[in-house]
Amino acid sequence: MSFFRAEDITISFGGIRALSQVGFEVRQGEIFAIIGPNGAGKTTIFNCINRFYDLDEGAFFLEDKDISRIKPHEVAEIGIARTFQNIELFKNTTVLDNLILGQHRSRRSNLFTETLFTPFVRKQEIRGREKAEEIIDFLELEAYREQRVINLPYGVQKTVELGRALAMEPKLLLLDEPSSGLNVEEAEDLSFWMNDIKEELGITILLVEHNMRFVQQVSDRVLALDFGEVITQGSSQDVLNHPEVMKAYLGEEDAVA
Amino acid sequence: MELLNEILQTVLSGISIGCVYGLVALGFVLIFKATEVINFAQGELLMLGAFISYSLIGLLHFPYWAALAVTVIVMGLLGTLLERTVLRSLVGEPVYAIVIVTIGLSYFLRSMVSMIPGWGTDTYGFQTPFAEKFIRTGKLVISWEYLAIILITTALIFLLFSFFRYTRVGTAMRATSQNQLAAVYMGISVTRVFSLTWTIAAALGGIGGILLSPITFVHMNMGFIGLKAFPAAVLGGFGSLPGAIVGGLIIGITESLAGFYLPEGWKDIAAWIILIGVLIIRPQGLFGIQEKKKV
Repeated sequence: MSFFRAEDITISFGGIRALSQVGFEVRQGEIFAIIGPNGAGKTTIFNCINRFYDLDEGAFFLEDKDISRIKPHEVAEIGIARTFQNIELFKNTTVLDNLILGQHRSRRSNLFTETLFTPFVRKQEIRGREKAEEIIDFLELEAYREQRVINLPYGVQKTVELGRALAMEPKLLLLDEPSSGLNVEEAEDLSFWMNDIKEELGITILLVEHNMRFVQQVSDRVLALDFGEVITQGSSQDVLNHPEVMKAYLGEEDAVA
Repeated sequence: MELLNEILQTVLSGISIGCVYGLVALGFVLIFKATEVINFAQGELLMLGAFISYSLIGLLHFPYWAALAVTVIVMGLLGTLLERTVLRSLVGEPVYAIVIVTIGLSYFLRSMVSMIPGWGTDTYGFQTPFAEKFIRTGKLVISWEYLAIILITTALIFLLFSFFRYTRVGTAMRATSQNQLAAVYMGISVTRVFSLTWTIAAALGGIGGILLSPITFVHMNMGFIGLKAFPAAVLGGFGSLPGAIVGGLIIGITESLAGFYLPEGWKDIAAWIILIGVLIIRPQGLFGIQEKKKV
């Protein structure tokens, strides 16, 4: 059984092939990075998993179930959470409430049981708040707990978004350029947290990233993409030193010289 | 003393009519917040609600409260149906196209009402339990008809507030209005939220209709109340639910005072004068949040 895999995924936008026969497999409990220059199709992969686009060919499988035809909001339901390159938070809401909203899919209640505030609803509410507090602890967000997101600095907003994704208690966590816009210290924190998410929470991470140093620091395995095609994949050491990857990033050797 | 009574009386009737403006404005704002579309048929939904309650009370002899409940349910279902049949297929189309569709919808509803046997273009009225009952305190006479509107609207606002604040669905609706993309990835079905928004907005229209009927009577052009409720919504900030109610009250009271103390004609433009005045001082409306773009 494979944990998560992409099989021959292909998608074109008006004649341009954004992804062409891309296939990879993410093992349970690892950090898997997708790298590539601008426009390589990295974020497109995420948008396909999230059912923002329909695939032309191929399919994604989570625990061997085909997940490429479900509705967009069901992606959360099956245990996939995501963060965005350009932060998508509920900006006029507090940090705490953003985290609680992350649990939307796991709550089981309706108008009737909520009006009566049944013991079951009560238990969920308590559990949800405990979970949110755990995350606030984990990501060191105590100082911002009751603040509205819109007033927070960029780096903190990124952390809140990570927290909201964790609140969903996902099996698979998709991080879109998690280190972009962070300073050195914040990126350092993030790499520690990602390791903890993997080791302590047992959540598998799939990330798209630009920053090579960061990728080298955090990821177990890497897939390199250019013009929508797979250049190579394997252990992070091998991929980052692969001549084709160097070429995609640095250009032809004689062109440099 | 005489003058004070007179003013109080006028303000009170202004508040009650303002409540109805507020309810219609609430319908505008709800749909706008969820879907970024202005539903110009909101006034016609009120008219339809009034005709339905007239049929139930006047023709089928339902008790008032039962008629209120049935009207709310029927209008809610109608809202769901409208969303499902007309508006869902327009998701993703340019906003102006959808707005034009809602204008078309308003014409359609008005003509439909005029064609239905028993409805038509005449003016109707029906009995309410509040008719010709008054509370007297000193020289002040308060009609139950007006008081009922205020009380029912207050109860309704309280219900709506609790719904949005405390329930899971209500929270999902608030989340969707803040960030649709993020809401989808939290597992919220935006389609369901849109549908529910129309349900609630139409039901509010229905309640507005049954409340307004004893005052203006039931007729085909009741929907033009939208022309007063729209400035009420803008006044409140067009993104704020409490703002819609406050905007409605301000317009209701001003209009009532203008109608009493100013020459003929001022009553109908008072709402717009207030609106222009407020927008010059506070372009984002009373309760609006100014969107600041970082560059």
